[in-house]
Amino acid sequence: MNDVQEAVRFERVNKWFGRLHVLRDIDLSVRAGERIVICGPSGSGKSTLIRCVNRLEKHQQGRLLVNGVELTDDRKRTERIRREVGMVFQHFELFPHLTVLENCTLAPIHVRGMGRAEAEALAMEYLARVRIPDKAHSYPGQLSGGQQQRVAIARALCMQPKIMLFDEPTSALDPEMIKEVLDVMVELAASGMTMLCVTHEMGFAREVADRVVFMDEGRIVEAADPETFFSAPQSERARQFLGQILRR
Amino acid sequence: MDAMPPRRFDLLAWARTQLFSGPLNIALTLLGLWLLWLTVPPLIDWALLKAQFVGSSREDCGGEGACWVFVRVHLPQFLYGFYPEEQRWRVNLGVLLLALFALPLAWRRLRENVWVWVGLLVVYPLLAWWLFHGGLGLPEVETSRWGGLFLTLVVAGASMSAALPLGILLALGRRSSLPAVKAVCTVFIEFWRGVPHITVLFMASVMLPLFLPAGVDLDKLLRALIGVAVFAGAYMAEVIRGGLQGVPAGQLEAAKALGLSYWQQMRLVVLPQALRLVIPGIVNVFIALFKDTSLVLIIGLFDLLGMVQAAVTNPQWLGYAVEGYVFAALVFWLFCYGMSVLSRRLERRLNVGRHVPEDLA
Ligand SMILES: Nc1ncnc2c1ncn2[C@@H]1O[C@H](COP(=O)(O)OP(=O)(O)OP(=O)(O)O)[C@@H](O)[C@H]1O
Ligand SMILES: [Mg+2]
Repeated sequence: MNDVQEAVRFERVNKWFGRLHVLRDIDLSVRAGERIVICGPSGSGKSTLIRCVNRLEKHQQGRLLVNGVELTDDRKRTERIRREVGMVFQHFELFPHLTVLENCTLAPIHVRGMGRAEAEALAMEYLARVRIPDKAHSYPGQLSGGQQQRVAIARALCMQPKIMLFDEPTSALDPEMIKEVLDVMVELAASGMTMLCVTHEMGFAREVADRVVFMDEGRIVEAADPETFFSAPQSERARQFLGQILRR
Repeated sequence: MDAMPPRRFDLLAWARTQLFSGPLNIALTLLGLWLLWLTVPPLIDWALLKAQFVGSSREDCGGEGACWVFVRVHLPQFLYGFYPEEQRWRVNLGVLLLALFALPLAWRRLRENVWVWVGLLVVYPLLAWWLFHGGLGLPEVETSRWGGLFLTLVVAGASMSAALPLGILLALGRRSSLPAVKAVCTVFIEFWRGVPHITVLFMASVMLPLFLPAGVDLDKLLRALIGVAVFAGAYMAEVIRGGLQGVPAGQLEAAKALGLSYWQQMRLVVLPQALRLVIPGIVNVFIALFKDTSLVLIIGLFDLLGMVQAAVTNPQWLGYAVEGYVFAALVFWLFCYGMSVLSRRLERRLNVGRHVPEDLA
């Protein structure tokens, strides 16, 4: 029964886009409650990797288990797993035709079958946690980028997921808004959430990550605790990459 | 901060910049004024000042102006066609019921209620068919006696309310990841779009019976309605597909990531955004449909224009064609312009909270 402790497990996962081999023999096991930061050069397959976890992308070889359940073509099973896996996108992807509150209650009402009042109470709770309760009745188009991203985090949390995926959540934001989003993510990490986070915010990685996974050309080149990774990267590729990132 | 100075409308300044800003503009403005002077006063003279409004027979006409007595005398026919006079209350009741069924749409919460739409798109049409056509206790009125504005509204209303759902399903089908669904929808759309409207009506009235099993006799009007709805659905599908393409892929991914099923993704996230993108296109199809109702004339049904046509060729009333056609044009225009106004109001309301550059709004 060690499955229960294991949130995500990749076993020799491979994926191709046409002839492009984007994930090569990925082996990765994420414990429940673990915080993973994934980094690597552009095009190395980071987004593809985490998008496989909620099956926005299908892997073609190998096994991928989420909370002990293997991902297959079974649509019902995929939908069930998606309920337990929240995702935050680079460009927020809030629904522009719905208010902030409606964005947050949509899935709880229609997927979880929750009553409207209960869903709204839950949404207000999470909106307060991301420090934006006063915007509940605004539309996404009326918010700043940082506010939108915090709403997007609240929207995902409203499904009370066991795992959260982040794909470069701060890279579309102006510098002064990055901190407000990172603060929310740090708090979330402190609450014990399992997190897989693609980001180049190395300060964030140092502070919260249990492990940093470095990818290049579809492979996991290194995986180590942040202290080891930043002070003594093993591969030449990682040294180069860190040199570029830290110089900025 | 200073308050923005109130903008006052200055007619002289406006005229100077808009109408008289150069020799060419001055010439065009004068030409325009001259043309208006030539056409408008005589038109007002004819239609209003010198026109005859009261009376009950041809003898009351005779002045230089329009004789609206012609329209007045024929009005019941223009409105109801050959529907028996003592049964016309059923048509009026039907219109009233429609208003009643559509009333809940005035509230936002109710607009999202499935039962409201089921009532409007399923229950009402069945109820209306029984009311208008009869049977089950009501005296029967065959559809060949339906006519006038009543028929126009029946044909337009039925084909519009069938074309929109059909168009949505076809558009979604054409983008489906299931190859069979996609192929069927694509062929269906391309076939019906390639056939002229008139051909569809002929096929519906002449050919469709050949395909029906012996003994099944589908009403002629019903056949025409099915033909028009399918035809319009194919057009609508392409308009809606344009809207679907305008919804960013990230929206669909966000919907999937939340665990919504395919139909929930479409109903709650994709379609609301896609449809509002193409409201002008949808209304365009609606307006074209409304005006094309007159084509039912070729299968022997008399819509508003058909009834007017019949009245102006009536030997007792020869010579009043212009009045008849002006009246028909006015009624058609009122309805089409009404749809256009409604659609713009809808667009404005749906734009709340979105960033629309002022000069594009
Ligand atoms: N839908 C797709 N179809 C074809 N190729 C794709 C698709 N999505 C990604 N790719 C390609 O797969 C490779 C990996 O893409 P991925 O988005 O996972 O990289 P990434 O590490 O997230 O890069 P970035 O830092 O730029 O976001 C890239 O070469 C990309 O061009
Ligand atoms: Mg990426």
